Amino acid sequence: MSAALKLDGAMTGRPLLEARSVELRYASGRQSVLALDHVSFEVAEKEFAVIVGPSGCGKSSLLYLAAGLLDATGGEIVVDGAEVDGPGRDRGMVFQAYTLFPWLTVAENVEFGLKRRRMAAAERRRIVAHYLDEVGLAQFAGHYPKQLSGGMKQRVAIARALANDPRVLLMDEPFGALDSQTRGTMQKLLLRVWEHSHKTVLFVTHDIDEAIILGDHVHVMTARPGRMKATVRIDLPRPRSLEMMLDPAFIAIKRQILGLLHDEIDEDH
Amino acid sequence: MTVEDAASSPAAPTTRKPGRRRGFVDRALTPRAPISPRASLIAGVSIWAVVLIVWSVLTYGGVMPDIFLPSPTAVIERAIVMFGDGTIWPNMWSSIEVILLGFIISSVVAVPLGLLMGTFRIVQAALEPLVNFIRYLPVTAFVPLFILWIGLGLSQRVAIIIFGTFFQQLVMIMDVVSQVPEDMLNASYTLGSSRRDVLTHVLLPAARPGIIDTLRITMGWAWTYLVVAELVAADSGLGFMSMQAMRGFQVDKIFLAIGIIGILGLITDSFFRLLRAKFAGWAA
Repeated sequence: MSAALKLDGAMTGRPLLEARSVELRYASGRQSVLALDHVSFEVAEKEFAVIVGPSGCGKSSLLYLAAGLLDATGGEIVVDGAEVDGPGRDRGMVFQAYTLFPWLTVAENVEFGLKRRRMAAAERRRIVAHYLDEVGLAQFAGHYPKQLSGGMKQRVAIARALANDPRVLLMDEPFGALDSQTRGTMQKLLLRVWEHSHKTVLFVTHDIDEAIILGDHVHVMTARPGRMKATVRIDLPRPRSLEMMLDPAFIAIKRQILGLLHDEIDEDH
Repeated sequence: MTVEDAASSPAAPTTRKPGRRRGFVDRALTPRAPISPRASLIAGVSIWAVVLIVWSVLTYGGVMPDIFLPSPTAVIERAIVMFGDGTIWPNMWSSIEVILLGFIISSVVAVPLGLLMGTFRIVQAALEPLVNFIRYLPVTAFVPLFILWIGLGLSQRVAIIIFGTFFQQLVMIMDVVSQVPEDMLNASYTLGSSRRDVLTHVLLPAARPGIIDTLRITMGWAWTYLVVAELVAADSGLGFMSMQAMRGFQVDKIFLAIGIIGILGLITDSFFRLLRAKFAGWAA
């Protein structure tokens, strides 16, 4: 089942983000290790795209490449018509690790990108208030990150990235460190926020349920070296709810993706 | 499951293990178990009381001759005399002047340079080998050299303090800065930070608590170097005062000098603790 099966029809809208034959090699001792092997995919404007793959397949690296935090050794990633060359505020990112600035309050964290742009104070306040409200943390504006739970920290990180109004929001297993109950709450919150903003999102996860419930398309990757194996279109209606995880349609998609991934896991061992 | 069941089940893990008491001794002997503020105060005061009692027994009890160990009252009397006639002030002031000058000059250069070393690999690669070489040279070995070069004045002592603290500060501040998590830098880049922004708005504030801690720790070392410098070659200062007192067998005077150094050290330490709470209160 190695042939990349395209289960996807024509994408709607022009691709906002496009990976073209991306290759990533890194040096390990005297050897060169191939982490990503000619990976190509597209993300349309206003689309919620998800990448799943076995651990170590380079899916996070792919996101860092899109953010411009890593340099590809081959191929290119094009965002909004321009080749990615270094990080920029048009590609906001939410990381798996907690990356809030501990010396700033919740509101000041959300304000960080706006301040770097020298936005007027009144405008900054309005935007900060709006996004804190979106993630349900309005009453925590004056708190410091160390006073927040893990889930709350990631909600601030999402608000911080969205407040900066990026063209694409990159999310690297943002709920990976959270307990399953909090993860469910966060997925619900992200679905709601996304319904409001319709940002273009590229989301990386190893959790198949999460991939299906959030995504319009799920890109399945192979184990190392990471290759794009298949793209599965998720036809579940929007707005979505976590209860849909019990739908036969959801389960059918899950079975399909599990099949694609199991091939990989078997090959890996 | 009834509501009562649900409510009672979370309490289960707190059930005490058999045979385990929650007495004071039990708590005190449990690794890292918190103790009450009262217990901590009593413990701290008791140790001082023990030291004073042992000291008193040794001196008033006549166990040690007062030429080697002065009694508490002898030290207090000496303090009253020296503070009364003002002879203590020039020595105290001299020590404070030297330590402040040396420490401030050292820190003013070490903080920005350490920040650059922790930020730019090229600065680190250039300076670290040299700094690490100098860092392990004992300061005392340079006292004769500095006397030859600079003479016996205040600048010679200031130079010893700078030499003793600067290179340590540099390496410690570099470490603090390079330990700022990479993803924090990455997050700020994806929010539109320039490289300059990363230095001034991420690395510097993130390193602030560590920098203040470094200053607090190296200030303690600076006091040591000060006394070393004053013992060897000086015409004033608390170390010089001790040296003179030794020649005159005035042990109470030596004790007074040591006591004052301890108190001044405590004051500077509290100052840095306050600074830490004020400018880096967000860090635990």
